Amino acid sequence: MTNEFLFAGFGGQGILFAGKLLAYKGLTDGKEVSWLPSYGPEMRGGTASCSIILSDTPVGSPIVSNPDILIAMNLPSLDKYEKTVKKGGMIFYDSSLISREVIRDDVKAFPIPATKMAEENGTPTLANMIIMGKVLKETDDFTEESVRAALTKVISAKRADMLDVNFGAIKLGYDF
Amino acid sequence: MADKVLMKGNEAIAEAAIVAGCRHYFGYPITPQTEIAAYMAKRMPKIGGCFLQAESEIAAINMVYGVASTGLRVMTSSSSPGISLKGEGLSYLAGADLPSLVVNVQRGGPGLGGIQPSQSDYFQATKGGAHGDFHMIVLAPASVQEMADLTVHGFDLADKYRMTSMILADGTMGQMMEPVSLDLEVKPMPEKPWATTGTKLQRKHNITNSLSLDPEELEMLNFKRYERYKVIEENEVMYEEYMMEDAEICIAAFGIASRVAKNAITEARKMGIKVGLIRPITLWPFPTAPFKAAADKVHTFISVELSMGQMIEDVRLATECRRPVKLVNRAGGMIPSPEQILEAIKEANKNGGAN
Repeated sequence: MTNEFLFAGFGGQGILFAGKLLAYKGLTDGKEVSWLPSYGPEMRGGTASCSIILSDTPVGSPIVSNPDILIAMNLPSLDKYEKTVKKGGMIFYDSSLISREVIRDDVKAFPIPATKMAEENGTPTLANMIIMGKVLKETDDFTEESVRAALTKVISAKRADMLDVNFGAIKLGYDF
Repeated sequence: MADKVLMKGNEAIAEAAIVAGCRHYFGYPITPQTEIAAYMAKRMPKIGGCFLQAESEIAAINMVYGVASTGLRVMTSSSSPGISLKGEGLSYLAGADLPSLVVNVQRGGPGLGGIQPSQSDYFQATKGGAHGDFHMIVLAPASVQEMADLTVHGFDLADKYRMTSMILADGTMGQMMEPVSLDLEVKPMPEKPWATTGTKLQRKHNITNSLSLDPEELEMLNFKRYERYKVIEENEVMYEEYMMEDAEICIAAFGIASRVAKNAITEARKMGIKVGLIRPITLWPFPTAPFKAAADKVHTFISVELSMGQMIEDVRLATECRRPVKLVNRAGGMIPSPEQILEAIKEANKNGGAN
């Protein structure tokens, strides 16, 4: 089985970081993995996206043009990529930043007010982890152990105190 | 087996170079290869190595010349326009028969071009790289693991044949992360009796130099160098064959293009089309023999490239134009899609080799 993810939003929303978490979770779960960021002159406020592929067989092209799962953290991303999602695929989007609904009826839509929830939780920078919690719930075998193992890989030892905070945010999205 | 870690291709090159014993890195930042320099800047001071951000690409390649003269493992890295700046130094390294590793993480060109992935420096890399008769060994990785493996191999070959090995990657290979094992096999470095390490009054001076004003002598140096190149062509060719056993159509692609091609092959095979891939890993020496052999079995070749069509010329040469060679390409930082390749495969299958 192969799952192709496209994770898109503004630079600064932690798009690449959340993608890394997904990739590391794939790796610790024994899957074949690729992670490819968009790269360009854009900095904070510009657009950012990354392609992640988790598969039971070796990954061919790391470029995801038709995702099984789209995670849109802002309106331009939903506008741009909604039509690219495979039939029967899933779209997760931050409904506190995106006021419209998903138009397509051949995909499953999961609105989650991640940014609002992050602010209310006192962790305004962790909307990415909240939406990731929801993604993991709907797409994956979620075990606290494997999520924590992946977090340990993406959070440097110096910032180990952030581990529980991130896990808490993921749990928040999972329970939504 | 050691644990696999997730690393960017650029970082894998840097760490593999360190594992291979490289303790001198000279470079100048340029997208999309800057992570190599950043990684070296972090690691080298901790292991007693030297990281130096030079004032320019030209300065960096000449620093490489200096360290290479002493027989130590040394490297530089850049992206397309920066490699052009290094051209003079590459030629001098060849003229002085010095080993070095040079990485080109290609971006779209010509000129300053863009910063998205490209393979349009194929001609530059494989046909010499600068003035004079010379070659570099050109290695084309198609995964992050190969970025690491071929870096170590590149150092080995450079030392063995006293010449430059170039890793010819592209922006995608540099930026993507994949699991990689850094449990790399490193061969012992050969003796380097030619190195300028001080005579200690025990031997004659060693001199590294690319100036030779006597034409007869210079001709002889060229002849000898090309004898060495012949040995390399006979012994160091690397390639991968994928689903070629029963193939009637053969795709030629390296690096990222080969990975996109594999997706297209999977789809075409589902439709019952017999298509395979020959992926050159060494671009120089080019894997002529497998292409020549394939020309006996397949009716069409398709060269998939991120350029206006450069490797296609080597495929035509290798197959002696006995079969049509079609081009599927994007340029300027764009990447061919699996669908675009699949269309070309279907077209070739329909025509059965008729032009």
